[in-house]
Amino acid sequence: MKRNVLPGLRLSLGVTLFYVGLIVVLPIAALVFKAASLGPEDYWRIVSSARAVASYRVTVLSALGATLFNLFFGLALAWVLTRYRFPGWRIVDAMVDLPFALPTAVAGIALTALFANNGWFGSVLSDLGIKVAYTPLGIMIAMCFTSLPFIVRTVQPVLEDIDPALEEAAQSLGGSDWEIFRKVILPLLTPALLAGTSLSFARSLGEFGAIIFIAGNQPMSTEITALLVFIRLEEYDYQAAAAIASVLLLTAFVMLAVTNTLQARALRYTVRS
Amino acid sequence: MKIRLDHVVKTFDTFRAVRDVSLDIESGELVALLGPSGSGKTTILRMVAGLEYSDGGHIYFGDQDATDIPVRERGVGFVFQHYALFPHMTVAENIAFGMKVSKVKRERAAIDARVSELLRLVRLEGLGDRFPAQISGGQRQRVALARALAVDPKVLLLDEPFGALDANVRKDLRRWLREIHEELGITTLFVTHDQEEALDLADRVVILKDGQIVQQGTPEEVCRNPQSAFVMKFLGDANVLSAEVRDGKAYASGASIEVDGLVDGKAELYARPSDLDWSEQGPGIPAVIARVLDRADGRRVIATAETGEHLEFDVAPERALKAGKGGFVTVRRAKVFAA
Amino acid sequence: MSANLTSGLGRRKSPRVGDGPLFRRALIGTVLVIGAFLILAPLIVIGFEAFKQGWKTYSATIANPDTRHAILLTVVTALIAVPVNTVFGVAAAWAITKFDFRGKRFLLVLIEIPFSVSPIVAGVAYLFVYGLQGIFGPYFDAHDIKILFALPGIILASMFVTAPFVARELIPLMQSQGRDLEEAATSLGASGWRTFFSVTLPNIKWALLYGVVLCNARVMGEFGAVSVVSGNIRGQTNTLPLHIELLYHDYQTAGAFASASILAIIAVFTIIAKVALERQGAGRTRKTVPRPALAANPAEKSS
Repeated sequence: MKRNVLPGLRLSLGVTLFYVGLIVVLPIAALVFKAASLGPEDYWRIVSSARAVASYRVTVLSALGATLFNLFFGLALAWVLTRYRFPGWRIVDAMVDLPFALPTAVAGIALTALFANNGWFGSVLSDLGIKVAYTPLGIMIAMCFTSLPFIVRTVQPVLEDIDPALEEAAQSLGGSDWEIFRKVILPLLTPALLAGTSLSFARSLGEFGAIIFIAGNQPMSTEITALLVFIRLEEYDYQAAAAIASVLLLTAFVMLAVTNTLQARALRYTVRS
Repeated sequence: MKIRLDHVVKTFDTFRAVRDVSLDIESGELVALLGPSGSGKTTILRMVAGLEYSDGGHIYFGDQDATDIPVRERGVGFVFQHYALFPHMTVAENIAFGMKVSKVKRERAAIDARVSELLRLVRLEGLGDRFPAQISGGQRQRVALARALAVDPKVLLLDEPFGALDANVRKDLRRWLREIHEELGITTLFVTHDQEEALDLADRVVILKDGQIVQQGTPEEVCRNPQSAFVMKFLGDANVLSAEVRDGKAYASGASIEVDGLVDGKAELYARPSDLDWSEQGPGIPAVIARVLDRADGRRVIATAETGEHLEFDVAPERALKAGKGGFVTVRRAKVFAA
Repeated sequence: MSANLTSGLGRRKSPRVGDGPLFRRALIGTVLVIGAFLILAPLIVIGFEAFKQGWKTYSATIANPDTRHAILLTVVTALIAVPVNTVFGVAAAWAITKFDFRGKRFLLVLIEIPFSVSPIVAGVAYLFVYGLQGIFGPYFDAHDIKILFALPGIILASMFVTAPFVARELIPLMQSQGRDLEEAATSLGASGWRTFFSVTLPNIKWALLYGVVLCNARVMGEFGAVSVVSGNIRGQTNTLPLHIELLYHDYQTAGAFASASILAIIAVFTIIAKVALERQGAGRTRKTVPRPALAANPAEKSS
């Protein structure tokens, strides 16, 4: 038996298990139970219906687009925040957290106001023939906004921790900036980038509040999966809601496993030689 | 490659790290920059490498003014204190890095051949596929050296090369580095705060203090003829006695020694533990033995002089000395510096 | 210093990768412009839209009974959910970091689950526990206890989405602090509570506060999960984010943005508090595991 010298195991573990059980495990189990009670045929019919598949398509594609953008922009932002000092960098650093701190509904109406055809950006873009609001592009922008901090905040500490001597060593061996970035810095950042990317992607898949305002919510084209669940609820079609929600839940667990694996890899190089 | 530093200056914010240092390093020489932390030795090394730019003065490689040549074009091999091996590359990839990014394109086979040659040189055959995290500190050190040598540097620069290693590994590597230097004949400059390391390894030792060179010379010159109290103390254990100089002689509580070139007045007498001895009869410094320390290589005695000063000296292990015994400390050899 | 004559400008610093002035400026410029469009502009547009029809409309919206009720409901939810969550977070951190027991890894994963689950899924899940179609729904209904479409449901859903916030800040910190201090205090005869309040708490207070601040921000702003369980009854079960949606869909744009501005101000203060707490060392304990402060991070590697 391990030593348990300190008091309070029963109380603290009791509180923890009760809370996790009641707040986290019970509802998720209930959802899984509900979805499972459907029977395989009904379940498959619901989750593979044309409307559901179309919603997966738009959700996944928009999430991919948003994550890809954030991969580049997030890396650039993290780089600028760790490598350069310029007037106001502290404010920029703090502002990176705004998408997390700002409630999603607030972000949703603000982005819609900006990108609607009569909005500040929307009016300019529609003159160029680009429609953002009520199109998949709008969904993508909302996802970009809400998931940006994931990549920045995952990459930033790793970038800060890279030993400057590694760069100096590469320089003294004759490497150009681009070669050093590509062969030394980027490989060291890759695990963190991947972890941030998977977090960002997972968040985008599940995002609801920020998207429903700017998305057109048209079935088959701009209806995200989370919204479809909501609509099925409003139609009192609880079985369909349970089935489609279970797909989202399953995706979340898969992304959780992926992120876990990637983050384990992220630790691989952190032992400095 | 001959290296010349000409009145080099470096200031960090308000801290004057290097103040007007001029230094010549002959081609093929192995030179140690020795000094306590904050003496500017690493800054000088980094300026020679081009990792730091000087605020004033010039650095010449041969006849070429290298002061403004960026590090990647300077052609130096730099071994970092903590090795700075690329953690995501194998040992072989680390060594090959410089050749792969070089402007001179090489065949893959040529690079591979050079890598195995270097692995042999640093005695790490068979470890090419390991990652830096999978090898020992001493092995990492040798990989770092091989990586630096791979680009055929004009100069080899090492920053505290053995600082992070165990004592016995250090001694091995020290001897081995000397052998490699003799084999390759490459101009080498290394930084250390360990006087034993500098004296064991270098052809010439440059001693620094507060960003200035206080003395330089062969190990013999700096050991036998330290020109300041700082160098005397820094190079090894030393007893200090307050003394008085009169007519070319220094007097310190019962002992006296010939000195030249010092004006009359207060002075300090420095003597190594091996420069002092013990005798039952005078003349000498009257003292009482406080402690006798037995060591593997001899016997050290700590005695308290009548003036209250502590004196440490070494005697043959056969001599029967006990704490509490009175007698005289005799001075065989000493250096006197004006106080 | 005649030696300086030949030296060019800017030769004092050795350049790092990407320090070329042109590249540097171009990158900073690009990032700031995109950042301004994507992050700053939404914040500005909220203020702009909220005050577009003047201060009068703004204050009228805030003074509207429905808005005031939404604010009240939001505050009440936070006042209940945040303290309960804090107690849970402290208990979980204490259990996980001060003791060794089987299934610890699994417990850590369970605690982090709400981060990776879509809020809509969370809401639906609660429906199947307390709704009429759910496990306990019929029982509660028979005893006339209202959980869904009422305050308890809103609080429960909020507690779900924020369950990991406090625990996640405390666990890595308490992990790194070890058990020595507590063991010393206990060996000197201090009781468990005494040990916690006089030894543990002073060392974790900033991280605790950090977690509480972030938890509060999320509770007040939660939309998806709450919108499923609240039933959106105006003047009764509308929290501020739901109220915003309602006004927005009623084409009361100014009102929606006025309500949104309250939440935006809370968000800005949250960020200020976060920065201030980070200066006290909170949120920075995890040196090796990279992870965003407000974001989900399921992978807590306990060593």
